[in-house]
Amino acid sequence: MATAAEAHIDVHGHDDHHDHDHEQSFISKYIFSTDHKTIAKQFLITGIIWAVIGAALSAIFRLQLGFPEADLGWLRPLLGKWISPEGTLDPEFYLALVTMHGTIMVFFVLTAGLSGTFSNYLIPLQIGARDMASGFMNMLSYWFFFVSSVIMLISLFIETGPASGGWVVYPPLSALPEAMSGSGLGMTLWLVAMVFFIASSLLGGINYVSTVINLRTKGMTFSRLPLTIWAFFLTAVIGILSFPVLFAAALLLVFDRSFGTSFYLSEIYINGEALPNVGGSPILYQHLFWFLGHPEVYIVLLPALGITSEIIATNSRKPIFGYKAMIISMMGITFLSFIVWAHHMFVSGLNPFLGSIFMFLTLIIAVPSAVKVFNYLTTLWKGNIVFTPAMLFSIGLVSVFISGGITGIFLGNSAIDIQLHDTYFVVAHFHLVMGAASSFGLLAGVYHWFPKMFGRMMDARLGYIHFWLTFIGIYSVFFPMHYIGIAGFPRRYYSFTNFDAFSGFTDLNMFISIAAIATFIGQFIFLFNFFYSIFRGRKAPANPWKSTTLEWTTPRVPGHGNWPGEIPKVYRWAYDYSKPGAEDDFIPQTVPFSQTMESNLPHENDMIALEKEMDAEEIVVHEAKH
Amino acid sequence: MMAEDYKLVDTPVEQPLSMHPKKFALWLFIVTVVMIFAAFTSAHIVRQADGDWLIYDLPTMLWYTSAIILLSSVFMQWAYMAAKKDKLEQVKLALAITTVLGILFLVGQVKAWGQLVDNNIYFNGNPAGSFLYVFTFVHALHLVSGVIYLIYMLISSYKYKVHAKNMLNMEMCSTWWHFLGGLWIYLFIFLLLNH
Ligand code: HEM
Ligand SMILES: [Cu+2]
Repeated sequence: MATAAEAHIDVHGHDDHHDHDHEQSFISKYIFSTDHKTIAKQFLITGIIWAVIGAALSAIFRLQLGFPEADLGWLRPLLGKWISPEGTLDPEFYLALVTMHGTIMVFFVLTAGLSGTFSNYLIPLQIGARDMASGFMNMLSYWFFFVSSVIMLISLFIETGPASGGWVVYPPLSALPEAMSGSGLGMTLWLVAMVFFIASSLLGGINYVSTVINLRTKGMTFSRLPLTIWAFFLTAVIGILSFPVLFAAALLLVFDRSFGTSFYLSEIYINGEALPNVGGSPILYQHLFWFLGHPEVYIVLLPALGITSEIIATNSRKPIFGYKAMIISMMGITFLSFIVWAHHMFVSGLNPFLGSIFMFLTLIIAVPSAVKVFNYLTTLWKGNIVFTPAMLFSIGLVSVFISGGITGIFLGNSAIDIQLHDTYFVVAHFHLVMGAASSFGLLAGVYHWFPKMFGRMMDARLGYIHFWLTFIGIYSVFFPMHYIGIAGFPRRYYSFTNFDAFSGFTDLNMFISIAAIATFIGQFIFLFNFFYSIFRGRKAPANPWKSTTLEWTTPRVPGHGNWPGEIPKVYRWAYDYSKPGAEDDFIPQTVPFSQTMESNLPHENDMIALEKEMDAEEIVVHEAKH
Repeated sequence: MMAEDYKLVDTPVEQPLSMHPKKFALWLFIVTVVMIFAAFTSAHIVRQADGDWLIYDLPTMLWYTSAIILLSSVFMQWAYMAAKKDKLEQVKLALAITTVLGILFLVGQVKAWGQLVDNNIYFNGNPAGSFLYVFTFVHALHLVSGVIYLIYMLISSYKYKVHAKNMLNMEMCSTWWHFLGGLWIYLFIFLLLNH
């Protein structure tokens, strides 16, 4: 009965298709495309380009930190006047390098490159939708990001150098063009680029949320959504609530810079002369910035956690442990992420009593984070683990997330933070828990969904080499930084050679630099694998990882609209792996319980009646149409 | 590379939580605007608590503009209800009046700045005054978008595109306009209480 109706619709679908068959031009297909899959790839490729630039910047400042006496004259063709005649790096340009590295990595790679790629790619495919709620807004989202990227890129090459006040661009340093050369035009371009970036993020986020809420296919209830979708959804919610605040903060900064207002400025002397600004408060900026800044770190992390949940369950061939607990802890993280921001300001002159409240709230975040880690480990426990490169990166994510999360608990204690704030300990903390974890999630996602994106497989052997190089590299770089931080090395210092106290760690710094540059070079294995496989990779089978989710029911290379016929219906959750009694070790979401009598649990047998109802409704609707 | 291009065969099946995606997106956009002003007003509170805060009189003009914006919402609602009942002439009239009131509001806000300047409160003085300029300016920017939307609706209504069977834009326009009015009233009350 149901199948007859479906067949009918199928035919109908094809008729429709022939009516409207048209050749898309190259431009509307690959450039100004409104297809979520193409837009996702645009985000991915742009993100990869930014990642290479961001990592190259870090390689340069690591050279400076590891080998302060070295002659960097050979970099002159690239950096021009930023290398002094004696072959040393310009100290102000060092600050520009760390600032741009942070900005690029946090916003352009791990926000746009990660959410932009996977939310766009997976949301419609995994919830069973033809496309995003608004393809046009989605396209705008990419092109705003593109404009933002171009402006930020231009700022790298201007005479006075790019913004240099750190990725957090605290005033007064960033508000006064005369404070440092990077606070001039470079800072202006930074602000303009970020305005476009915020617009892009909001357009994207609004689209993701309305798509997940409104366009799920029949049967795809919230409690059947894959955890990836939950993660992308909550990430978008965080973005919608926090990016406008960054916009507000940036706008006030623009007014201070260009219109002489004093929101953040007060009683400042430059070269002995008092500025006219009175009555402002730089702390105000910190509050506004970190109200975005802390949620932002979860915007970066949550998608990676979602991707990991999916990959770990698939490759352990086990249902994810604690599906509901995963969702609740992600919701908890979402909520808590908005009320802990002042832990970045313990030593900024915050009222100590307020500090203890924020300390308490901060430490609570450890609970949902620990729940997630626990669930990953219990999912892996006794699984039939398949070590694909994606799986290795996912396990790697769990590892770095633990290492970095533990140091977060140190820093969350305001008394300890007085010693550790703005040292390399903080650098180590957030690079492990955010930088490494999210990058691992991004890489895992690329390895896992590459077959769907490009219809071809990436080379697994190169993937393994890439993983081990990266994994060992990341720990070699960031583990020693904890010691350097405890020893008191402040971050954002150009060189430590002038301080006797810091002479003991030259070797360690050298080691970190070598490891960092080696890790950077290791990434080219991935780049080669990625681009080579797009064109030459082995053709991918329909469902290479034997996965249950909807995206694997599309054709090898899905066209615009994703499914040639009707959108598949969903009858079960996404984690029926190795179900006792089942023939295969996975049951796709599209298989009704009425076809899996041998493996159904008692309550699932009761679902069969509901399935029948759902199918019957379908027929009525379609008959009414004709 | 893409094999072929499938036509979007079917509209999405109804969902329990379903709302028109565009309307839904508008609500989300409203959330972002709320967050911007939440940030501004909390910045105002935090900054005010720091002391060194200039006390000054709010421009009297703001009372008039607040009345205008309230009145415009009434006419917006009239336009909306008339459209629902297919009373097209009334729709045109009510939309036109709303548009004019919207423009009057903007003119009034600029006049209010004039009053501030007469009172020696400048944009680049004590943050107490600067905040008022920022609130009104950023709100006005959003209101301009509302006026443009109204003009668009007015043109559509002359093309007979606004009627009971085509209410999506009308609903969105009135949601947006009421929101902008409500936002201003919030800001005004906030300023009355905290200036
Ligand atoms: C167990 C949970 C965590 C706690 C208790 C925690 C606590 C903290 C604290 C107190 C600081 C401020 C250190 C200082 O500047 O003196 C900090 C910095 C930071 N944390 Fe965490 N953290 C946690 C997890 C995370 C996660 C999951 C991420 C990202 C995904 C993250 C990203 C960052 C970043 C980026 C910074 C440094 C920002 C900067 O100053 O440039 N943290 N963390
Ligand atoms: Cu934080």
